[in-house]
Amino acid sequence: MSAFEAAAGRGDLQRVGHDGEPWEHRYTAHHAAGGLLSKRIVVGYGFWIFLLSDIIMFSAFFATYAVLVGATAGGPSGRELFNLNNVAIETACLLLSSFTCGIASIGARMQRGTWFYGAMTATGILGAAFLFIEVHEFMGMVARGAGPTRSAFLSAFFTLVGCHGLHVTAGMLWLLTMMAQVFAKGYRADILRRVLCFGLFWHTLDIIWVAIFTVVYLMGVWQ
Amino acid sequence: MLGKLSWAAIPFDQPIPLASGAVVGLVIIGVLAWITLKGWLPYLWQGWITSVDHKRIGIMYMLLALVMLLRGFTDAIMMRSQQALAFHSGGYLPPEHYDQIFSAHGTLMIFFVAMPFVIGLMNLVMPLQLGIRDVAFPTLNSVSFWLTATGALLVNVSLVVGEFARTGWLPFPPLSEITYSPGVGVDYYLWSLQISGVGTVLTGVNFVTTVLKIHAPGMTYLRMPVFCWTTLAANLLIVAAFPILTATLAMLLLDRYLGFHFFTNEAGGNMMMFMNLIWAWGHPEVYILILPAFGVFSEVISTFSGKPLFGYRSMVMATMAICLLSFTVWLHHFFTMGAGADVNAIFGITSAIIAVPTGVKIFNWLFTMYGGRLVYSQSLLWSIGFMVTFVIGGMTGVLLAVPPADFVLHNSLFLVAHFHNVIIGGVLFGAFAGYTFWFPKAFGFRLHEGLGKAAFWCWIIGFYVAFMPLYVLGLMGMTRRMQHYDVPAWHPWLLVAACGAVIILAGIILQIAQLVVSIRRREELRDRTGDPWNGRSLEWATSSPPPPFNFAVLPRVEGRDAYWTMKQRARQQTKPGAEPSYTDIEMPRNSATGFICAFFATFLGFALIWHIWWMAIVAAVGAYATFVVFAWRDRTEYIIPAEEVARIDRANRSARGEAFLPMEATP
Repeated sequence: MSAFEAAAGRGDLQRVGHDGEPWEHRYTAHHAAGGLLSKRIVVGYGFWIFLLSDIIMFSAFFATYAVLVGATAGGPSGRELFNLNNVAIETACLLLSSFTCGIASIGARMQRGTWFYGAMTATGILGAAFLFIEVHEFMGMVARGAGPTRSAFLSAFFTLVGCHGLHVTAGMLWLLTMMAQVFAKGYRADILRRVLCFGLFWHTLDIIWVAIFTVVYLMGVWQ
Repeated sequence: MLGKLSWAAIPFDQPIPLASGAVVGLVIIGVLAWITLKGWLPYLWQGWITSVDHKRIGIMYMLLALVMLLRGFTDAIMMRSQQALAFHSGGYLPPEHYDQIFSAHGTLMIFFVAMPFVIGLMNLVMPLQLGIRDVAFPTLNSVSFWLTATGALLVNVSLVVGEFARTGWLPFPPLSEITYSPGVGVDYYLWSLQISGVGTVLTGVNFVTTVLKIHAPGMTYLRMPVFCWTTLAANLLIVAAFPILTATLAMLLLDRYLGFHFFTNEAGGNMMMFMNLIWAWGHPEVYILILPAFGVFSEVISTFSGKPLFGYRSMVMATMAICLLSFTVWLHHFFTMGAGADVNAIFGITSAIIAVPTGVKIFNWLFTMYGGRLVYSQSLLWSIGFMVTFVIGGMTGVLLAVPPADFVLHNSLFLVAHFHNVIIGGVLFGAFAGYTFWFPKAFGFRLHEGLGKAAFWCWIIGFYVAFMPLYVLGLMGMTRRMQHYDVPAWHPWLLVAACGAVIILAGIILQIAQLVVSIRRREELRDRTGDPWNGRSLEWATSSPPPPFNFAVLPRVEGRDAYWTMKQRARQQTKPGAEPSYTDIEMPRNSATGFICAFFATFLGFALIWHIWWMAIVAAVGAYATFVVFAWRDRTEYIIPAEEVARIDRANRSARGEAFLPMEATP
């Protein structure tokens, strides 16, 4: 392949759409995978595929919720149960945490400890606040006799929102592990790739929350 | 302390599971003792269990599939003999045991035979065909395999500790709800599939990334062998469909463990939602199995016809069309649900449409063979047997997808005959074609041809004798899963079907004999050049078995049928190309992460099945700790020095050169 073709991204379909790094830098022939792309791109891409599969799992729970939303079996509906003020605070926590998570990614890339640890801590605190409010909401509903065993609607609600909550919990565990790892090992290339994946994961939870906020809470209250 | 687990869980009163469990236990202990006494344990640990090499992981997947095939076939022959005997009598299997057998048979054959077999073939072959050194995430690959093995182990543990599900291979509620299935059988099913399902999704992520992102220089998408395309399509389907299975089974678990109401009869639960969700996964699943088989047939037929594949682009388009359309037909599995004529008509039409790209493929294979110089090897026999058999199965499938016909035929033995017709005739024949085709690549020697052909004839004749009567029985009104019956007209047909199962058994015995004989005569069956079939794609461009790094220097691809092109050029120049300049190669280090993680996952699954909560927590923490330890590694790769690479490659180059040059003389 001529240098011109390489520069123009022709000849190799897989290079279309990536930034214009020169071909030599991208071609890491000695790497085990023997590919044309840097590990960072491959790892990020693979993690995106994983996130898509996670989103499909959520879509199954969303579909279930949509089917069962009216199946209250004489029990309370969303209109009677949801408190939009709480949900607004939850949303604010989560969206802010996505912002701080973005700052943490930049901090890691620039290898600035203050920014990285500071922003990761802020992300963790905001995530914990979100979880606290969610657990509080769940416990309040169970105390009112509106637990997941009350009706199919509530089963679907607790499963969909709870699955997101479990993801946030797992994300918190990952966040702490990443902070510990950067502290112990420094900004190594493989660790930076994991920080990248963590960021993608955390932002995806935000996207899913936006859907939950709309489909479950807003549509539930305005039914 | 041990939850629901007590001595009552062991079926002391049932001789069949207990005796077979004891035999399996003795075999395992015997094999372990033999390995230990021979001093092979370190080799097994370093060379296989902790290996992250895609070839070895692929071989382990296929070994798992073959062992589970024996278990699943044992169930099959028990069912056939029960139905042959159970005319006006109870047969020899009590109903609750018979129900477990047909449930375990389906579960094992789909999840732990067909899936590991096709994933094993993709693992072994796809990176070689792409001309690369490993998949995108080698350690993740090992984790996937061991999680699959965990699932298989849990299903087999249910043979002696507790019971297996009696709900069929898909646990339809409300039968599978805790009210009607209070035992641990359904829990065994659910947890083993959840754990192996994680492994399958990770494989999907891994392989999609590999096929889309990592290629040898010049290997553009439209130069990839069709097997790589079908691998891509199957794994896209895994990524898109398996999460639905995970979600659905999670909902059933919540119903059973925490009293939720997704699929229950009361409190607003909706059991038909389970049908929709499970088949939204289940129909793509059949294409996850059959598409890689289609890839195998494409490689085998073009190689043994000595011709490039006819209609490569239409083959690619047909593959990707099936990939999309497979998500639009799920409702044909339950036309009788009562969705109404309009809905049924739409799904009947989409089911007819999805047969079109498959027809395109059949014609492409026929035209590839047309005018070719056919070599009737055992792999080609499996492929031709597939084409004949699969077309029949496809046509009965289209018949079942006509809603009025389905109202008569659903849940009858006609359906059982149909899906065995496509799964045995399609997936299993494909797996055997691939097994015989790539065996020399994996182990360095060919499989015995004569015994292989004999096995093929037993399988195909046995298949027709066993399953054609089931079509007739279905039309006569016999429903599936009957433990006994008293209709005289059915009895002769069931006797014939049992004979068919015995003929298939002969095929399996011949396959075992083939393996043993081939290992003993491996020197005369040795593949010295790495290209035993005059192959076309890059896996034949390296030695058999390939070195850990696959290719000493990444091949430069200049067209379709990359290795064929290279051979043509070498012949024109009457010598192989000049020796390349070798460099150091970095390879990923072995890792026990997959094995240890699966070790904890096994205990996690077992603890959850038996409600042993402390053990579940310990196992979950252990699995997490395993990943942290993995993440804390400092050295992730090792170097193979250039001299070592050169030494390994030169040996193969000289063997290959000797084989090439005489061929040059022939026109």
